[in-house]
Amino acid sequence: MSAGYRVRQAPWPGIRRISWLFLYVFIFFLSPSWAADTPSNADCLACHDDKSLTTKRGAKTVSLFVDGKKFASSIHSSLSCTSCHASLEGKDLPHDTPVAKVNCGTCHSSEAELHAKSLHGKAAARGDALAPRCVNCHGNHDILPAKDRRSPVAPLNVPMLCGKCHREGTPVQTQRPIEQHNIVENYSESIHGEGLLRKGLVVAPNCASCHTPHSILPHTDPNSSIARKNIAATCTKCHGLIEQVHRKTIRGELWEKEANVLPACIDCHQPHKIRNVFYTQGMADADCQRCHADERLKASDGRSLAVHAAELAASRHAKVACSQCHSEVNASRVRPCETIKKKVDCSSCHAEVAQQFQRSKHGQLLAANDPNAPTCKECHGTHAVLGRQNPASVTFPTNVPTLCARCHREGQKAAMRYTGRQHEIIQHYTESIHGKGLLKSGLTVTATCTSCHTAHGVLPRTDPDSTVNPRNVPATCGKCHHGIQEQFVESIHSVSVTKTGQELPVCSDCHTAHSIRRADEDGFKLEIMDRCGRCHAEIAKTYFDTYHGKVSRLGYTKTAKCYDCHGAHDIQKVTDPRSHLSRANVVATCQKCHADATRRFAGYLTHATHHDPKKYPFLFWSFWGMTALLLGTFVIGGVHTLLWLPRAVEMRRELRAEEAREAEGNPPAKPAEDKNAGR
Amino acid sequence: MQDGSHELDRPMQHEREAAAAEAPAGVARAAAVPVVAVEREFVRFNRLHRTLHACMIVSFLSLATTGLTLKFSYTKWAVVLSRLLGGFQTAGYIHRFAAVIMFGTFITHLVDLYRSKKRGQLSWRSLLFGPDTLIPNRQDFHEFVATMKWFLHLGPRPRYGRWTYWEKFDYFAVFWGIFIIGCTGLTLWFPVFFTRFLPGSFLNVATIIHSDEALLATGFIFTVHFFNTHLRPEKFPMDTTIFTGRMQLAELKRDKPREYEALVARGELEEHLAEPHPDIVVRTIRVFAWTALAVGFCIVVWIIYAMLFAYR
Repeated sequence: MSAGYRVRQAPWPGIRRISWLFLYVFIFFLSPSWAADTPSNADCLACHDDKSLTTKRGAKTVSLFVDGKKFASSIHSSLSCTSCHASLEGKDLPHDTPVAKVNCGTCHSSEAELHAKSLHGKAAARGDALAPRCVNCHGNHDILPAKDRRSPVAPLNVPMLCGKCHREGTPVQTQRPIEQHNIVENYSESIHGEGLLRKGLVVAPNCASCHTPHSILPHTDPNSSIARKNIAATCTKCHGLIEQVHRKTIRGELWEKEANVLPACIDCHQPHKIRNVFYTQGMADADCQRCHADERLKASDGRSLAVHAAELAASRHAKVACSQCHSEVNASRVRPCETIKKKVDCSSCHAEVAQQFQRSKHGQLLAANDPNAPTCKECHGTHAVLGRQNPASVTFPTNVPTLCARCHREGQKAAMRYTGRQHEIIQHYTESIHGKGLLKSGLTVTATCTSCHTAHGVLPRTDPDSTVNPRNVPATCGKCHHGIQEQFVESIHSVSVTKTGQELPVCSDCHTAHSIRRADEDGFKLEIMDRCGRCHAEIAKTYFDTYHGKVSRLGYTKTAKCYDCHGAHDIQKVTDPRSHLSRANVVATCQKCHADATRRFAGYLTHATHHDPKKYPFLFWSFWGMTALLLGTFVIGGVHTLLWLPRAVEMRRELRAEEAREAEGNPPAKPAEDKNAGR
Repeated sequence: MQDGSHELDRPMQHEREAAAAEAPAGVARAAAVPVVAVEREFVRFNRLHRTLHACMIVSFLSLATTGLTLKFSYTKWAVVLSRLLGGFQTAGYIHRFAAVIMFGTFITHLVDLYRSKKRGQLSWRSLLFGPDTLIPNRQDFHEFVATMKWFLHLGPRPRYGRWTYWEKFDYFAVFWGIFIIGCTGLTLWFPVFFTRFLPGSFLNVATIIHSDEALLATGFIFTVHFFNTHLRPEKFPMDTTIFTGRMQLAELKRDKPREYEALVARGELEEHLAEPHPDIVVRTIRVFAWTALAVGFCIVVWIIYAMLFAYR
């Protein structure tokens, strides 16, 4: 691999070369005429063209050979040797040794400045022999533009260039405090390395893309491009869209303020190992399992701290590392978790949901430190959390009623503190059309608790933001029953149509909240009149005075009920032309049941009462006429009977006496007669 | 008056003839073997009359029961009863079926009247205004006044004829009832047809008339009529004449002396005597009568409860 790189530092031992050096130095001093001018490149190459030209630096022998051809094709070919070797300007040849070091910063000042502040630069300043300088990466006389594929700093070559020092086993890697291991290997296997090295995708990031070319700093340095708070910016240089996505879940402000408690890119996408699939995090999962796989592991309060790896692996968070949820771990501790102070905060990833939760009744209770308040884990569980699409999940639609029932079943903690009108919620729901659809028919699209109350934004109906607040109920039900909602919002019962201080009915007022029945069930049909009657008391009463009402009281459902005539969800004032009872529509409405009904037929008074002489004089007087007749007849008949009664009793007594007398007077004839008399 | 044997509502001719034919033989047999001797009874109602009355009872009770469940639908009782009857719909079928029977009874009676007029070659005048007519007349008024006096111990018990004034009242009450309830009932049965020429609100009026008239009918029948004809103390526990068609001669003499005397005067009494029914028939009749009576009383109790304690 490193074959492609010329290793300048490699010593070329040989006495001959040293003697050549002396020869040149000698010639240099013998030729005073050269000293007068700045030596041309040709002048320099006159000596440095010799491959055996070397010098000793300390114990090392260093070649002084300059390949003229390569220099000519280098990016600096237009420069003279003295442009860089400025100390030789105007000097006679052969020049003195040692020559002052080339300062690239003369031209490349900003890069030099960055390098000076960088880890490499500081190490070099300390005199660290392993510290790289410009030439170590860029080369010297054969410098090629970075765009040139042959350049050691060309994207494709950067990993190997850095790898010279940072691969396993090098002095840098072994002697300097570098925490990452197998950097080059890992990188070459990562998605980035694969893109760059295998697929030749030169835009794929190399070492310098993340670490910067010159301003390389340890991640502990806040100015470092890989510092925790900067890493996102670094990654998003390329992954712009990812950041947008991520910012959606992690609130932007937290990202800025509390970078340390939030996962950074590298928490999930480990440096150098980045894959398009998540890796198990080196530190977290395996390290955590060292202790937490133990079944006997218990907290000071007796809670089991065992974590079942298999459970976690089957969970929704299979690809999430332990430390992502249990943040604040410190990998440098023996027990990395001893630095953990906070409980798991799901909002780190589930920010939007967490925001809803905080606003919800559950969240409010939690904020008030109420011991009954449910947290995320009460519903979702902990390590075994499953998505709601998973039938085994407690949050799978068919399991939601059972889940909510844990607290909201009568006698449980939520039901105990509840002071509203709804009782036996779970039982009623189970028997309702929704409950039957969900639990008996297994229809997972059927409304379950969360469909109406939402999963995380649960609020009491008195809260104006609640999905079950009367104002919002039509929209809530309309999520599924959209067609009905469309009709309803146009109807007289809709708040958008009728502006009144009175409370207008919403879906749940007629259909109830939890015990919703099928509207084609007898029970519903028979109850609806009383439901309407809760507000329309008088009109319901008079309805029950008429045939339709009486019949329905007896349990007959095929008769006209409120909604058969007025409409169910599209109720309008009868004066409204859209009403089913408007002049234009009323006959057709009657004809729904009475096929040949005429306009005269429609004149039947469906809410007639004989108690109102002003509104219905006919009925009033018919009723009282009939009542008078009835009373008159009964009074006459009754008096007649009552007057008769004592006389009849008297007669009976006389008859009996007479019979007795006859029996005495004529005994033999008696029995036969008596027998007949009894008939 | 002269055509004494052919007046309104006499037992049918053949029955009378049969009774007349039987009479001498019966008398002879009674003389020969006194042990088997059975006193013959006066035949007041012929078989058709009895049958029509029975049909009337059945249809009337059915109509009352099913109709009142609707009228008193606000009581628990009505709901239970409606369910027992097989639900409101079935109750409705029963109601209309019974109505048809009652119409049939009514028409049969009218046809029978017409036929007996023809058979006896009676004039309308003698049919309607003869001595045994059911149409109230001056005599009835006098008898009514005399009865009032008797009630108040101011005079003797009047000597009633074949039909007393209260029997005539009952008879025409049924006429009136069938006409009123029948007409309104038909309107409610076929509302679409009737509203082709009647205003829709007439149905409301018809409902009130139908139900109140029915209340009157049931109330009256199950109290006053029951008392007048079945439960009068002197006849207690029950007068079964309308079911058996027969009454004792002694009773005829006592209750309808004018009729008895007229028959004797014309020498026609023998024609109207017949053997009593066998015991089994009488017993069956009693079961039927008691059942009808019991049903009637239950309905009265229910009406009182519904009107006084649950009225809305």
